Amino acid sequence: MDQFTINLLFVGASFALYIGIAIWARAGSTSEFYAAGRGVHPVTNGMATAADWMSAASFIGMAGLIAFTGYDNSTFLMGWTGGYVLLALLLAPYLRKFGKFTVSEFIGDRFYSPTARVVAVIALLVASLTYVIGQMTGVGVAFGRFLEVSNTTGLLIGACVVFAYAVFGGMKGVTYTQVAQYVVLIMAYTIPAVFISLQLTGNPVPALGLFGEHAASGEPLLAKLDAIVAELGFNEYTAHHGDTFNMVLFTLSLMIGTAGLPHVIMRFFTVPRVADARWSAGWALVFIALLYLTAPAVGAMARLNITDMMWPNGASGDPVSVEMIEGDERYNWMATWQKTGLLGWEDKNGDGRIAYFNDGDADTVAKMQAAGWGDANELTNFNRDILVLANPEIANLPSWVIGLVAAGGLAAALSTAAGLLLAISSAVSHDLIKGSINPSISEKGELLSARVAMAVAIAVATYLGLNPPGFAAQTVALAFGLAAASIFPALMMGIFTKVNNKGAVAGMVSGLLVTLIYIFLHKGWFFIPDTNSFTDANPLLGTIKSTSFGAVGALINFCVAFTVSKMTQPIPQEIEELVESVRVPRGAGVAVDGH
Amino acid sequence: MADQTNHGAEATQKSDAAYWSANVRIIIISLIIWALVSFGFGILLRPLLSGIAVGGTDLGFWFAQQGSIIVFLALIFFYAWRMNKLDREFGVEEE
Repeated sequence: MDQFTINLLFVGASFALYIGIAIWARAGSTSEFYAAGRGVHPVTNGMATAADWMSAASFIGMAGLIAFTGYDNSTFLMGWTGGYVLLALLLAPYLRKFGKFTVSEFIGDRFYSPTARVVAVIALLVASLTYVIGQMTGVGVAFGRFLEVSNTTGLLIGACVVFAYAVFGGMKGVTYTQVAQYVVLIMAYTIPAVFISLQLTGNPVPALGLFGEHAASGEPLLAKLDAIVAELGFNEYTAHHGDTFNMVLFTLSLMIGTAGLPHVIMRFFTVPRVADARWSAGWALVFIALLYLTAPAVGAMARLNITDMMWPNGASGDPVSVEMIEGDERYNWMATWQKTGLLGWEDKNGDGRIAYFNDGDADTVAKMQAAGWGDANELTNFNRDILVLANPEIANLPSWVIGLVAAGGLAAALSTAAGLLLAISSAVSHDLIKGSINPSISEKGELLSARVAMAVAIAVATYLGLNPPGFAAQTVALAFGLAAASIFPALMMGIFTKVNNKGAVAGMVSGLLVTLIYIFLHKGWFFIPDTNSFTDANPLLGTIKSTSFGAVGALINFCVAFTVSKMTQPIPQEIEELVESVRVPRGAGVAVDGH
Repeated sequence: MADQTNHGAEATQKSDAAYWSANVRIIIISLIIWALVSFGFGILLRPLLSGIAVGGTDLGFWFAQQGSIIVFLALIFFYAWRMNKLDREFGVEEE
């Protein structure tokens, strides 16, 4: 059986499983559609949250970013896990006690203001939609590669699958489907990592192998990696090179953004009790940590493997020959990925060898020239996003592992897309239509409008995924920045302070707008190319990149909200009582529909 | 009778306030640890910890790539356990 058939088999079998579960767990009532009838066990809920949370960015993108940058990209590891501490301590139990269905419902009731609710809906629609565009782009790339079809066809197939189970399933269908997706994606991520860790260090646990010994040389793995990349003129893997202030700010933005993304928060409405909401966040992080503790090992080991392949006799020996890349079956992956346009090499000096080194470093260029390998890096393109998907091929693992990774990458992208679509549909049908436009809408009408909203959202996301407004990472950064600057501060102030309606609205609007403008100034207005006035290499404010601005936006939100609140009327008695009641678990019943 | 009910309500209010300040204290301590392991050991204080070797690199690198995640996990489970205990101490748990 060839690789294509095996990929098709794995991807097909996993999809049949997800769709089967979605049909089996079809939602009947509104309550089931949004919150799975609150019958979900904390461990199950944690697993579904983990699948929901870990998107194409975590599965496909993150290890590649760490592999080629090293220590400086630890920000992703700390940022995307540290947010769960904020969620568990500052938001989850209180929102469950409040006992409504959506994030904007809490903001609308707590700040006794339909305006606050609409602002929250807009913020979460913008954040979710931009996030889902990034996912659809990832779906297109992964489908295109593994089904060997064009990016466009891959994206359209993916859109149909997401549509099928998100629209017909609702939260209950999505919850159980996501449990299955979690199992597929975690196996797909860890199994190749275990193989590679065994090959390189003899330790079956990748997270321990990372800090273990490199079996071939007897040196510590990381010391070995530091030495070889430094010899080729790259930054030492474990050393700190970037700006420290921006690193702190970026990590903080990712953390606050995590705790402000509506599709993650919504998960904590689906547990039976307040105590379960506290445990649920912990279980979610357990399942997320399984991937996040493996990711840095995947990154470091892949970097070492790739460097070794390009310099089979060590950095002071001969670089790999063109003949070997084209003839040796261990190098087959290079030809496969070259076809996607995401990997490229060129024998610039015509010596029949591909020399991989940092040609931006004068000393290394001089050294390479003296050795006769030319003055230019000949591994011309290595897209960061292909690293995880190509990793089993690079390590020469069996073909069923490659098929499994294909299914896992798609599971990660599809599960997040489905969760986000659910958040979008509930924002439109529950918060906008039922909450503001037509409060007397029937339950059936509400369900229908939820499904129509999903269909429209996926159509928009697919269209924008075909013509993406920027790279997936930029789109995801915008989503995080917006959630950090708007939703998280409003929720936190709603629980921990007595900020009033005007303060909350002013805070959300200013946080959202300033962040949006800062991003547009650096990435182009509405992401239209060449309309930007600044670049992230040379940002407007000091060293603050547009991707790190969410934390500043959140600070602005807090400051404006407190100032405006101080200058206007204090909150009424019944809201004071609402705040007091949200703080205490006693009397948390089943959630009620607020209308 | 009415007086007694009033007393009861006042007592509940007082104990709710004590419960809340106990909760806030636990949150603050937890968040100090949260910031210390990530922003502290993982980033800002890494140069100070560079003398402590861990598997081919230093302690700061370990905290940035592994240690902080493990501490985050411990913090969330500690908080859930401590708060569920606090709920019972103050008699505010759900039925």
